[in-house]
Amino acid sequence: MKIAKALASATILAACTLGSASAADLVVGFSQIGSESGWRAAETTLTKQQAEQRGIDLKFADAQQKQENQIKAIRSFIAQGVNAILVAPVVATGWDEVLQEAKDAEIPVILLDRTVDASKDLYLTAVTSDLVHEGNVAGKWLVDATAGKPCNVVELQGTTGSSPAIDRKKGFEQALSGHDNLKIVRSQTGDFTRTKGKEVMESFLKAEDGGKNICALYAHNDDMAVGAIQAIKEAGLKPGKDILVVSIDAVPDIFQAMAAGEANATVELTPNMAGPAFDALAAYQKDGTAPPKWIQTESKLYTQADEPLKVYEEKKGLGY
Amino acid sequence: MIATIRLYFNRLLPQLIALGVIIVAVSLVFPGFLNLEIQNDRLYGSLIDILNRGAPVVLLAIGMTVVIATKGIDLSVGAVMAICGATAAACITSGHSVAATLLITLAVGILCGLWNGVLVAVLDIQPIIATLVLMVAGRGIAQLITEGAILTFNDPGLAFIGSGSFAGLPMPVVIWLVFGVLIAMLVRRTALGMLIEAIGVNRQASTLSGVLTPVLLIAAYVLSGLCAAIAGIIAAADIRGADANNAGLWLELDAILSVVVGGTSLLGGRFSIAASVLGAIIIQAINTGILLSGFPPEFNLIIKAAIIVFILVLQSPRFRTAFSFLVPARGASKPSERAAK
Repeated sequence: MKIAKALASATILAACTLGSASAADLVVGFSQIGSESGWRAAETTLTKQQAEQRGIDLKFADAQQKQENQIKAIRSFIAQGVNAILVAPVVATGWDEVLQEAKDAEIPVILLDRTVDASKDLYLTAVTSDLVHEGNVAGKWLVDATAGKPCNVVELQGTTGSSPAIDRKKGFEQALSGHDNLKIVRSQTGDFTRTKGKEVMESFLKAEDGGKNICALYAHNDDMAVGAIQAIKEAGLKPGKDILVVSIDAVPDIFQAMAAGEANATVELTPNMAGPAFDALAAYQKDGTAPPKWIQTESKLYTQADEPLKVYEEKKGLGY
Repeated sequence: MIATIRLYFNRLLPQLIALGVIIVAVSLVFPGFLNLEIQNDRLYGSLIDILNRGAPVVLLAIGMTVVIATKGIDLSVGAVMAICGATAAACITSGHSVAATLLITLAVGILCGLWNGVLVAVLDIQPIIATLVLMVAGRGIAQLITEGAILTFNDPGLAFIGSGSFAGLPMPVVIWLVFGVLIAMLVRRTALGMLIEAIGVNRQASTLSGVLTPVLLIAAYVLSGLCAAIAGIIAAADIRGADANNAGLWLELDAILSVVVGGTSLLGGRFSIAASVLGAIIIQAINTGILLSGFPPEFNLIIKAAIIVFILVLQSPRFRTAFSFLVPARGASKPSERAAK
């Protein structure tokens, strides 16, 4: 515990000394949750890239999944008198006090990727994706791809009770409603992991007449889809042809599967949350135009027609 | 000979009954459950899935049984799986041969076991605390190796361990069958098993009567580490990637549960590897059964917990004495067995 704290403050210190070495007109502090997943690593990489492109001096603090570290980081940013603060909040509650301190110091705070339960006037804006919309985009693709033909869909849900699982399910079902040719015949949780995705898909295949009864798979994230694709192959079927595969996130590995014709479509959860945040900040700094309280990022659909190998090469280096 | 087989059968009877009941129950809900066919040169069906998907927990349970028999516990096995999966993926992607990769990975598993063993046997730290260290730190080590991402590989040799087949059975099943029989022979055909039980019953007394307690204790944790390494390789080879965040997550609890369902006491002493393996298969049969039954996922854990409570109640001594009048034949045969001995 003590070691973790010492490490965290050491990283903050190191980040600060490194940051102050170069002189720039805009100094922004960024309190990141930690490196919990590949997506988050990519978000960190892209935030640093975006800051560099705009000549912004970014001070980076890794909170190692702890709110207390994030609050400490924000307080140190305030003490250093940065021009703005980006926060990817690890939990939703308990931010009022430190956000008030930032407001009193007249430093705008922008939330990335997640929102908080605090009064809306305590932060400038929140840049997040719309999870329901993501499910909707995936569902619409399937509606178009099946073009009215009868189709039994199996669904691999995320971790039971998590907001991405609830919202991505909801959005998908909204897109399917009114299209009676599409039926969700089985829906189980794959815990967002490859192993569980593969195991659950194996049981779906057994339960639905060796997979002959299944025409499409919808997975709440790409990792489960990658696991399920292996299960489909091992059952002697062709993923992408015998069973259509659509998923969400757009991590690099799914583009390899798409290039091989084994996955059909994915909806991007963009790791570039910082770009729109910096744009909003620039406008605010220039003439004080307050951005809307919620900036929704684009949920872009990628299919096999979008040169998956090229996208794979682009995404590979981002740290996913 | 017949007496030993009957003794063995009596020992495994509660587990066999539980497994039988679960299989019958699932095949009532899902009629295709017992179907077996040959596909891609190997047996294919839900029963094979149970043996195959259960492989990591079966392997962990083998090592965990021996550790628990010494009155210890190994909480680090899930994290060691993640470390070893990451090691295997890192080795194969950096160009090592399959043989070298396997050797390095098994060595890493043994090293992890050695660490636990030294903490417990030499420094005399309580096992639950000693292994908690690696349980917490292990996932961090695995993330360092994979650099936080899922490290994927396409080497057909390594992937064969996860999804290949041998003699009509999936490779993971072959591995745990062979390994389980080897370890069971090793502890039961020699005095090793008895010495381990002696340590579990009374460590001080066994040391005083000349048992090399520290060496055997370390060996038990090394075996557990080795089992976790094999499980980690299988888990990584299965998905052709090492997922440091999720590989083996919470599996240490499933392994401990398998040992308990297998009827080995957490207080150490008498143990049965076969019963623990059956325990692991029971847990996997419940998991697979729930997936096939088509219940909403919100019910998964509740159903699993209810079945396990039921099995544990069946095994409890009080329940057995209360309902012993139902099985008079077994109760009556016991004195005659003793007489035969």
